[in-house]
Amino acid sequence: MNMMHYWRAMWGIIGRELWRFVTQRERFISALVRPLVWLFVFAAGFRAALGLAITPPYETYILYEVYITPGLIGMIQLFNGMQSSLSMVYDREMGSMRILMVCPLPRWFLLLSKLLAGTGVSILQVYVFLGIAWFYDIHAPWQGYLWVLPTLMLSGLMLGALGLLLSSFIKQLENFAGVMNFVIFPMFFMSTALYPLWKMKESSVLLSKLAQYNPFSQAVELIRFALYGQFNQHAFIYTLVAFLVFMAAAIIGYNPSKGMMVKKGGG
Amino acid sequence: MKPAIALSIEKLSFSYSGKKALDQVSFNIRAGECTLLLGPNGAGKSTLFSLITRLYDTHEGRIELCGFDIKQQTRQALAKLGVVFQQTTLDMDLTVMQNLRYHTALHGLGRKEAMQRIQQELERLNMFDRRFEKIRQLNGGHRRRVEIARALLHKPALLLLDEPTVGLDVPSRLAIVDYVHQLAADEKLAVLWASHLIDEIYPDDHLIVLHKGQIKANGTVDDVLKITNTTLVKDAFYNLTQGDQA
Repeated sequence: MNMMHYWRAMWGIIGRELWRFVTQRERFISALVRPLVWLFVFAAGFRAALGLAITPPYETYILYEVYITPGLIGMIQLFNGMQSSLSMVYDREMGSMRILMVCPLPRWFLLLSKLLAGTGVSILQVYVFLGIAWFYDIHAPWQGYLWVLPTLMLSGLMLGALGLLLSSFIKQLENFAGVMNFVIFPMFFMSTALYPLWKMKESSVLLSKLAQYNPFSQAVELIRFALYGQFNQHAFIYTLVAFLVFMAAAIIGYNPSKGMMVKKGGG
Repeated sequence: MKPAIALSIEKLSFSYSGKKALDQVSFNIRAGECTLLLGPNGAGKSTLFSLITRLYDTHEGRIELCGFDIKQQTRQALAKLGVVFQQTTLDMDLTVMQNLRYHTALHGLGRKEAMQRIQQELERLNMFDRRFEKIRQLNGGHRRRVEIARALLHKPALLLLDEPTVGLDVPSRLAIVDYVHQLAADEKLAVLWASHLIDEIYPDDHLIVLHKGQIKANGTVDDVLKITNTTLVKDAFYNLTQGDQA
């Protein structure tokens, strides 16, 4: 078992995922349409309703579209993370997950490679989205586009690990609708993706507290600061810890002696 | 001298929420031996396969692949194993080549070796000319051939097949049965084939009859016929399983 084996297997998994993504044109388009609708329709409508004060990392008054762009980046990664987990449940039902699980590599490594593959796909989507947003006059400093890359890695891994964890508990594809209602929507709406914390506090202190502790908020803030060339240490540590916790739990979930693999079998 | 033991199962038991699915199962499979595992639905065949492939954890008993304990030396053991699952596990939207390359990557084969092995295995199954076709375009029999080729790419010592001919037409089924028997003989490959089709058994095969989690017979076809005092495998199977449908 040498390093080359690990390297080849990881690129095999990532390459397969990327290839599947670029060849599934509908998936690519729908992944982009969602945040673009929010940007072009929702944000344009809300621009007048919401006044935003100057808060870091912004140094001047900004349009609402500018404010929600990092939130929409987070949204892309959140949906992508859940989509990957959906595909894991599908793979498990269809059996192709078994091929991965019987290959002679540690399970944590296989899951991590799957996660990296999903994150790679989400980063691809984010940059296409940022490219379109640029033509819509949403510009970050050019360095921001580089700084945001490592943060996208971390936020993508964290949200992907959450998806992975959920997939280890979901027995059937039908149960996945629940994930949409109970994970994606609360996570997105109870976060700083659409409105800043101070604005939320004006209407509900409890909501602002929930948003503050929501790891998705921290990922969005990490991205927001990175886009303007700044490093948000608190958000970074919070996102990193969340990733490690979700990942560890997912590995336990996929462990044959502890997790979901032990279930009623057939003949 | 007897050929080496490729798979050794010793006093293996497994329960689902208190209900025994496997009860003190023990047997060996040697290199070059084609072993047919017969059992009605619910006999414990799938559970046994899930334990050998380490999808489930072994709590009681021991499984060794080429001398490697599946629990303690999982990776070394899995490296010796090729599997064809009952359900198709190929990616429908990828080509034959892409599916096989994915498998060689998972087993750490370099590009040159991978291409060589893919060519060898596909040519043996007359599928090399179709390597750039998407799996979706292939019929059931050809998909199965690709899966068998895939299971052999990393040169395993043991090939597990979980009812691989289900849903295939008769000529495809016979071709696969023949091919696997040939493989065992030519390549000295140990084969464990779960089946419920009596006509897939060859006279020289090793036969294991599993019923309600217990081994009811274990030996050559002749041995099994002798202990059941029958002349047909069909009758022997009927006697051993008290008439439960295969």
